[in-house]
Amino acid sequence: MNTRSKLIALQTISAREVRRFARIWVQTVLPPVVTTALYFVIFGNLIGPRIGQMNGFDYMEFIIPGLIMMAVITNSYANVVSSFYGSKFQRHIEEMLISPVPNYIILLGYVSGGVARGLIVGVAVMAVSLAFNPLNIHSIPVMLSMILLTSILFSLAGLINGVYANSFDDISIIPTFVLTPLTYLGGIFYSISMLPDFWQNASLANPILYMVNAFRYGFLGISDISLWTSYAISIGFIITLYVFSLHLLRIGYGIRS
Amino acid sequence: MPSALTIRDLKKTYAGGHQALKGVSLDVAEGDFFALLGPNGAGKTTLIGIITSLVNKSGGTVEVFGHDIDRELSDAKACLGLVPQEFNFNMFEPVIEVVANQAGYYGITRDEALVRAEQYLKHLDLWDKRRMMSRNLSGGMKRRLMIARALVHRPRLLILDEPTAGVDIEIRRSMWAYLREINAAGTTIILTTHYLEEAESLCRNIAIIDEGELIENTSTRQLLNTLSKETFILDLAEPLAELPALERHRLVALDESTLEVDIDRDESINSLFSELSSHGIQVSSMRNKTNRLEELFMNLVENSQAGDGA
Repeated sequence: MNTRSKLIALQTISAREVRRFARIWVQTVLPPVVTTALYFVIFGNLIGPRIGQMNGFDYMEFIIPGLIMMAVITNSYANVVSSFYGSKFQRHIEEMLISPVPNYIILLGYVSGGVARGLIVGVAVMAVSLAFNPLNIHSIPVMLSMILLTSILFSLAGLINGVYANSFDDISIIPTFVLTPLTYLGGIFYSISMLPDFWQNASLANPILYMVNAFRYGFLGISDISLWTSYAISIGFIITLYVFSLHLLRIGYGIRS
Repeated sequence: MPSALTIRDLKKTYAGGHQALKGVSLDVAEGDFFALLGPNGAGKTTLIGIITSLVNKSGGTVEVFGHDIDRELSDAKACLGLVPQEFNFNMFEPVIEVVANQAGYYGITRDEALVRAEQYLKHLDLWDKRRMMSRNLSGGMKRRLMIARALVHRPRLLILDEPTAGVDIEIRRSMWAYLREINAAGTTIILTTHYLEEAESLCRNIAIIDEGELIENTSTRQLLNTLSKETFILDLAEPLAELPALERHRLVALDESTLEVDIDRDESINSLFSELSSHGIQVSSMRNKTNRLEELFMNLVENSQAGDGA
């Protein structure tokens, strides 16, 4: 398969993935926007003024980047895990497996779908946030690069979950019991400087903390973590998950007998 | 004739220890219409799975138009089209997307993919349904959709794993006509089926596989020539009061108006009618008890299994 054919195959998979979540936008794009709007109302408008300032910013302003990031993380992950598991469940992944399209193109195709959904939801949530607070951007390159890296990372994680999943229960266990707690404890609603030393150190083991803080830096210019550490952690995770995902596809784990 | 498919000593042992293929060797010539037959669980689908890389083999080699699947998998895959036994397309995609996407996986541009999708969907009477969600198609339409999808990248070798299962006779015959047409145009076809009349009618060569081993591999004509006797059902003009004992044939009464009789292949059927006439028995109609290939198939499989048990 030459490079042009591979690009056509990648475009086909990406377009198919985008069409998939766009067709069911009421289930895929709208709910996170509604949920995050409720967060803005309750935590930002109602409770926020009683909390006061966080690292020199209004509470509403402080939580907006984290809430956008939360929507990006959960939607990138959910898109790939449900699409990949669905293709296993209905066996239409075989359409790609019997074709000459290389494994890395299949992988990139699924990831591109997850990234597209993550970014669309992220932009929609950001648009909703404008109703509550004016947009304040400190560094567009940091903001864009971090949202992109995060959506890639969690799309890859979703794919690995999809590869291992044997039932629909398996695709909700990780998001419910791992992803959601890590996200809530990843510094969306608070600065880790508020925590006792032990929990500050424990929080450093949570990769989502690095992404939320770097993304917040892009908006507000503040972060509990060094920006470069955040980039190194994100890129390190992406490389590790990419290599592992590719290995799973190459050996055909769960998809070839 | 160059080989479309060359299989040597192919083995597959599943994780649980079940040996699905025990060293199968097979050649399919380019342009052939080839039947791969066998009872359920014989190893046919495993064999097809290995050829199409959906199943990892345990040993042996497979070449598709000279491309070894271990060394030139991408080239081998480009030559193959598969119509699997189970429906395996995205039920939540419109019909035309199922076909056009498949073309895209083979590097065919979207514009060209849509042109080809139209061509094959029209050929298979699905063009009117192109915008319908594929889950809403009838069983026969779903089978035809899988054929359109398998053909869209114009494979040199088309493998059909029970393509007409559950399809009514009218659609089955139209599918046969279409398969003959694409075979005549140069596509090599491998067909597995439980309808042996289908194999007899379509295929020039036949391999029979049982319990993971090849028990027959020859031309359809040659195989049918080995049939030593045929069993006929005779419908009588009038009911019989008593079953007569014939000199050269053994009659079995199925009911008072229906008889069953075996006739050796080298024997004239006239001798049977002479004997029946001499006993005053008039036959109103006669038919084969089973399809000729079905009879051979059962003999071969039973002999193979008896041999294993011995």
